[in-house]
Amino acid sequence: MAFLIIVVAIVAWVVFAYNRLVSLRNQVDNSWRQIDVQLKRRHDLIPNLIEAVKGYMQFERDTLTQVVEARAKAVSAPDQASRMAAETQITTGLGKMLAVMENYPQLKADENVLKLQEELTTTENQIAFARQAYNDVVLNLNTRIQTFPTNLIAGNFGFKAAEYFKGAPEEQAVPKVDLSMTPPRA
Amino acid sequence: MASSNFRGLEATNRRETAILVVAFMALFGALGLGLDFAARDVAIVDGHLVGFPVLTIAALVFAGVQSIVSYYSGASLVLLSVHARPLTPDTAKHQMVLDVINEMATASRMPVPKPYLIDDPSPNAFATGRDPAHSVICVTQGLVDQMDREELQGVIGHEMSHVADYDIRTMMMIAVMVGGIAMLSDFVYRWMFFGGFGARGRSSNGRDNQAAVLITIAVIVLAAVAPIFSQLLAMAVSRQREYLADASSVEFTRNPRALLRALEHIAKVESPLKQGTAGTAHLFIVNPREGIREDSEGFFANLFSTHPPLGKRIARLQALLGAAGASTTSEAAR
Repeated sequence: MAFLIIVVAIVAWVVFAYNRLVSLRNQVDNSWRQIDVQLKRRHDLIPNLIEAVKGYMQFERDTLTQVVEARAKAVSAPDQASRMAAETQITTGLGKMLAVMENYPQLKADENVLKLQEELTTTENQIAFARQAYNDVVLNLNTRIQTFPTNLIAGNFGFKAAEYFKGAPEEQAVPKVDLSMTPPRA
Repeated sequence: MASSNFRGLEATNRRETAILVVAFMALFGALGLGLDFAARDVAIVDGHLVGFPVLTIAALVFAGVQSIVSYYSGASLVLLSVHARPLTPDTAKHQMVLDVINEMATASRMPVPKPYLIDDPSPNAFATGRDPAHSVICVTQGLVDQMDREELQGVIGHEMSHVADYDIRTMMMIAVMVGGIAMLSDFVYRWMFFGGFGARGRSSNGRDNQAAVLITIAVIVLAAVAPIFSQLLAMAVSRQREYLADASSVEFTRNPRALLRALEHIAKVESPLKQGTAGTAHLFIVNPREGIREDSEGFFANLFSTHPPLGKRIARLQALLGAAGASTTSEAAR
């Protein structure tokens, strides 16, 4: 009888742990798609933005060209790695472009440009937050896969640790935040 | 990390909401029973209930209906009571608020809440709804006008954390039920003093009559104390949540400065929010009511406030910023 209870308990735990791993893996996939959605939105936004500002910013050909070329590379990238490299170039290029736009007061008077600028800002933020959310769920999944005793199940059913999304080197200089201040629940 | 924290808080909130509904039903049932004993031919004779407790059943039905209505239309009732209207991208700044709400939904991996606006110059915000899929974030025009993008992220991040951990459900139920209890106790008082006692006195004997008087007194006391208790409950529950939501906001934005600057700004604003009522005060990011924008310490100040002192919340965020905290003061003083 005791033996039976132990067997049932172990089977129940295996089922639970397996389903939990599947759920986490799906969360990782879904979070990745969220990044993808925002990157596509940025691709669609770039031609409009360039079109709107190029009249004002004739002296910034290089900056604009860099963004356009990086976008072309990202859209036609043959594999994930080279695509992400191109996306990082877009981020850098757009950052530079937004900074340079500050030097053109005429741009601030153009409503269309302001609208596109807001859209670009929020898209950049969305990409950053989607990446952050993705890395959070990757951390959850990887911790599950690597810690005992779930690692036994992960190994047997072929769950693999997911890869973190690493940004451009200069973006990683974000100050580390200590969240240990969370007060105990009364 | 975040998700596992929220799962724990979600379970707590589901339990607390259930307890709240049961307590609410019990309170109404007790009030109804008291009224039955006091004013109708219901009595306990030799350990048996004599008469049909119509008022008890009516009170329970009322409480049940109100619980269901609170659950499914609580958000609409709250929005109605603060005169909120849907937020549309009619100005550049409104568009920015909508964008920031979308951004924080992404950061918290939650569905995007429906955006609402209160036309009031006092900067404030709240979230409500029965679950993340039916959530609402409401901001005041003052918040829209006075906050920059970074500060907005801090405030909306705070509200998104209320959404993610189901605080919104518990707080919404409290909001509607506190309103309901206040209404009922008011009704009982009027009824007691205008004709309620006249119907009494037909009880079978003196002993039962005495019991009826005792129960009547209990009902009066209950009716008087219930609103105070429900208010205390709402306050105690919401203060702890504010600290947690502040911490989670920082987790979403990865930027303690965002909320810190927003709170420092709000701390300097004196104007109270006209739409903030006793029933909804605990929903807002800072207490909307005049005179309780407290920085005072002490037992009673703490007991009767829906929010922790702003000074304490700011100090906790400054601790998060650590050494970098010194640099924010100049910017916040704009």
